[in-house]
Amino acid sequence: MSRVSSTRHSPFLAMYAALVFAFIYLPVVVLILYSFNRDGVGGFPPQHLTFDWYRQLFADDPIWDSVLNSLIVASGAVALSLTLGLLAALALDRTSFPGKALFRRLVLLPLILPGIITGLSLLMFAVFAGLQLSLLTVLLGHGTALISVATTELFAGLQKTDRAQEEASLDLGATPWQTFWRITLPNLKLSLIAAGLLIFTLSMDEIAVTFFLIGRDNTLPLEIWGRLRRGITPEINAVSTLIFAVSVVLIVIWYRIRMRSVGTKAQQLLERP
Amino acid sequence: MYSRAYKTIVSAPPLLWVCLFLLLPYALMFAHSFWAVQDGVLVHRWNLANYQKLLTNPLYAEVLFRTMRIAASVMLCSLFLGYPLAYYLSFHSGPRKELLYQLVIVPLWVSYLVRGYAWKTILGSEGVLNGFLQYVHITHEPVSFLLYSPFAVVLMLTHIYTPFVFLPIYASLEHIPRPLVEASQDLGASPASTFFRVILPLSMPGLLAGATFAFVLSLGDFLAPLLVGGSSGTMIANIVQTLFGATYDWPLGAAISVCILLITLTLLLLTERLEMRWSFK
Repeated sequence: MSRVSSTRHSPFLAMYAALVFAFIYLPVVVLILYSFNRDGVGGFPPQHLTFDWYRQLFADDPIWDSVLNSLIVASGAVALSLTLGLLAALALDRTSFPGKALFRRLVLLPLILPGIITGLSLLMFAVFAGLQLSLLTVLLGHGTALISVATTELFAGLQKTDRAQEEASLDLGATPWQTFWRITLPNLKLSLIAAGLLIFTLSMDEIAVTFFLIGRDNTLPLEIWGRLRRGITPEINAVSTLIFAVSVVLIVIWYRIRMRSVGTKAQQLLERP
Repeated sequence: MYSRAYKTIVSAPPLLWVCLFLLLPYALMFAHSFWAVQDGVLVHRWNLANYQKLLTNPLYAEVLFRTMRIAASVMLCSLFLGYPLAYYLSFHSGPRKELLYQLVIVPLWVSYLVRGYAWKTILGSEGVLNGFLQYVHITHEPVSFLLYSPFAVVLMLTHIYTPFVFLPIYASLEHIPRPLVEASQDLGASPASTFFRVILPLSMPGLLAGATFAFVLSLGDFLAPLLVGGSSGTMIANIVQTLFGATYDWPLGAAISVCILLITLTLLLLTERLEMRWSFK
């Protein structure tokens, strides 16, 4: 390509970049390493390889109950935020109404506000509306906060689809309803899957908003959080390792699909639609 | 080409939902900050006492300034890590660019808790780092100042937000037309002056966006101080969280939250203005 990117080597910069990568990844590597350490989460070097902590983890019922709770919440959040995010993306793409700019900002707000603000606001709302705190309030919270992600991702997808197909469909006598189900939605299939994966992962991992909306039943991150107060064991390393692995797999799939559907290199998620 | 009915159907539900479940809750927070607690019960009596308390009790200002110092440190550290990384990827990484890019953005979305917990196990007095330092005989006793300090909070948050800062910077570096950089070089500018006079100004929108994210998200963080901060690393959001928990003074907590919210929104609007001024069109 250009001379700038291909010919000039800068070993210092490359080394610096390698160090930053080390900073990003080393903590997680350490965490994973010590999940196999018989003698606990401290000390160096890790000795006595063992799978005991994983065995203990698999027999730990409260953890698996909380995993189930997290799965329920994440699935609900995906359904909720995708539905509303799809409509919001269509509205931003195709309609104009007074306050549209404001609406766009409001939708995106949970993405860039500290979680405590959104969490507490929703807590006050729940109490105000007389809702009992439970997994349902957590689901509502996640679903609402993550409309931001769904809207941005689906808006990016919409921008890439061929509008002429919809025009043709409408011109040839299909109703808007038919056009939506047969043209718009299939064209957005990949974007929907990608956004769903990302939202699922974010919801499974969410802690700041959940912290304030949780009732009696814990989600997985909250269950872990509670255990951190009672002292840490490599069992938490083990569950963290699994969370990390699953998240990485989902995110990588999300990214691959996204590359195919939206196809832009530069990540637009944090840019404003 | 879309009928009025279509437009209503797509825009009304999200609009209503967002008004009901986002706008109303934020408004309620605002309202709470003007209410009061009497004998342990919330009363809807409008007053300014909460804000007066914030202004008169120096404790709040002290914690707020500490929080802002921490947030500013996180912002600077993530910029110093994130900008060169983005620059390297955009201009010098060659064929590995795509892979390296994925390697940065994957951890961005991976569990906050897992990454925070990793630091807790590393920094503790019986943690991995202390074990390592003693193993290689740099120290002979555990160093205890690592965990439970503002330093630990800055370290953990920098780790979390570096990919966040990287992202917009990388995006804006990628948008810089390469011929501009080549022209600068062809016309005899040194690499340094090409960087400072062409690349850096053109990447300013991304830099500003990244810096704002890091600052704003650190400003409202309450989990890092709980995990690794100890009492000397307490931040403003921790006070809010206690007021909503054990202390039960929602109005005061809401007043502090409104302050955090206002600082956040002001910064976001400010950077948006600045970004527009710097953006290359």
